[in-house]
Amino acid sequence: MDQATEDRLRAVVARRWRVGTALTALMMAIYFGFILLVAFDKADAGTLLLGARVSVGMVLGAVVIVLAVILTAVYVRWANVHYDAAIHALREHRGGDAP
Amino acid sequence: MNELPAAPAPKLGDANATAVVSFLVFVGITLVITYWASRRTRTSAQFFAAGGNISAVQNGFALAGDYMSAASFLGIAGMVSMSGFDGLIYSVGWLVGWPVITFLIAEPLRNLGKYTFADVVAYRLRQRPVRIAAAISTLTVVSFYLIAQMVGAGELIQLMFGLPYRVAIMIVGGVMLLYVLFGGMIATTWVQIIKAGLLLLGATLLAILVLARFNFNPLELFAAARDKYGPEVMAPGKEVANPLDTISLGIALMFGTAGLPHILMRFYTVRDDRTARRSVAYATSLIGFFYLVTFILGFGASVLVGRDAIGAIGKKGNMAAPMLANYLGGTPFLGFISAVAFATILAVVAGLTLSGAAAIAHDLWGHVVRKGKVDEREQLRVARYATVALALLAIGLGIVFENQNVAFMVGLAFAIAASANFPALLMSMTWSRFTTRGAVASMITGTTSTLVLILLSPTVWKDLLGHPEAVMPLKNPGVITVPLAFLVGIVVSLSSREPESEAGFVEARHRMHFGPTHEPDKP
Repeated sequence: MDQATEDRLRAVVARRWRVGTALTALMMAIYFGFILLVAFDKADAGTLLLGARVSVGMVLGAVVIVLAVILTAVYVRWANVHYDAAIHALREHRGGDAP
Repeated sequence: MNELPAAPAPKLGDANATAVVSFLVFVGITLVITYWASRRTRTSAQFFAAGGNISAVQNGFALAGDYMSAASFLGIAGMVSMSGFDGLIYSVGWLVGWPVITFLIAEPLRNLGKYTFADVVAYRLRQRPVRIAAAISTLTVVSFYLIAQMVGAGELIQLMFGLPYRVAIMIVGGVMLLYVLFGGMIATTWVQIIKAGLLLLGATLLAILVLARFNFNPLELFAAARDKYGPEVMAPGKEVANPLDTISLGIALMFGTAGLPHILMRFYTVRDDRTARRSVAYATSLIGFFYLVTFILGFGASVLVGRDAIGAIGKKGNMAAPMLANYLGGTPFLGFISAVAFATILAVVAGLTLSGAAAIAHDLWGHVVRKGKVDEREQLRVARYATVALALLAIGLGIVFENQNVAFMVGLAFAIAASANFPALLMSMTWSRFTTRGAVASMITGTTSTLVLILLSPTVWKDLLGHPEAVMPLKNPGVITVPLAFLVGIVVSLSSREPESEAGFVEARHRMHFGPTHEPDKP
């Protein structure tokens, strides 16, 4: 594997970790945001909505669950499309000098 | 909705025919599968990783099966039924670790390792010290998780089938031993898939029956609960009395999932990183759906069955879902749900045992005793001995801890996984300067600091050991131990250089992203 390809791999890898850590940070912000709200602002979290048939906290809890699934789907889609293509291209370059 | 009739008293504890038949059918089918799998389990790669032949959807179900324990099905439904909103805080916490596995761990883990997560941490480090440290943390996590599952199993089966506690423990230990010993990962995976399917089916059916009473509108269900128990049912209650504790538990759940040995091991059962990635996405969707359904079940039970009736049978409300099944579908449905709960415990215990056996046979025997030059047949033989030993240990621990409060042990297992396994795993994948000493120090610190802080926590020091005041105010130490494990790993790694590790990083990076050049031996 020549130096140019090595550098390109490094860039692809760095991008994957950036996407991964950004999504992890986002997930943490969503989850701990929810926890902090229900822990420190019980009154707001208990506010009733829609004819007092559901509370803010319940809606947000369900939203966190749905967002966890959506963020996962976002990552998988990104990786399937962009990351896999970049790795595939590099693998062609890599040729026979496998470690 | 106040005019709803009072729930008929369910006859729990009498083994009803449907329960026994459903359970026997489940055991019968899974044992046939085990026989079929046993003829395909000739090598270590088949025993530990099902030969890498599991598809993304199958692995998604198996991962979900490993994770959706009876504790989360019965426990969360029970908690929601007894305290309303607070149960949701738990469901959310149990789920948010899954995206973290997808974003950070699954793909590099699949490419770098073979059977255990220690394969990844030890990849460019000195094998023996890392393997020993990883085996210690793995076996600690597995033991605590097993205790919680076995004691829960004994109590549940006693309650549902009327079997004596010890008989229940021995049935669980014995059937699980057959699965793992003869069928290895292939049988364990299929047991998980079937169990996950049954659990999702049973829970969904139950939720549909609940919602049918409320015009298929969850809001009407919640309104009925509000009418019965007041608006507090929808607001945060006593579970979040100590916010720092809730956050600390949150950290353990979020990063502990990505450090659970029996979950991580599943990524070796698929053919490549792409499949691993897709399989976590399936698992996350299934688990997320399951927790939303469980929330409906909890509210359904509190409205239809009533808190008094549920609380009369078990203080924590663990019987809420089975009682709801009895109320809505009569004895046959109660029997089916009971059998599913039993099957759930069996499957989770099998997965835990297999990951413990891998740590013993692959990490300790293969790499520490035999220094990586282990004969294939010998490793498989050791794995089978280890399986028998772990099954006996599980039964023994189940009996020793009878009547003990072991609920905190699942949280403890997550805290150790988050502190001992996750930091070392992440640093080994991302940081070229990570050293053997750093890895060992981080894993040992993670394990011991978690154990010590749990010992000093209110749950153990005060409630269990009877001291007047806990030394440590937090029930879960994650907020301290996870950063501590990272810090120790970083500081110790920086304190000395390890040229072999730095030199190996380039090759490790190739393998992490291109995949292994040679697949582990396929059948």
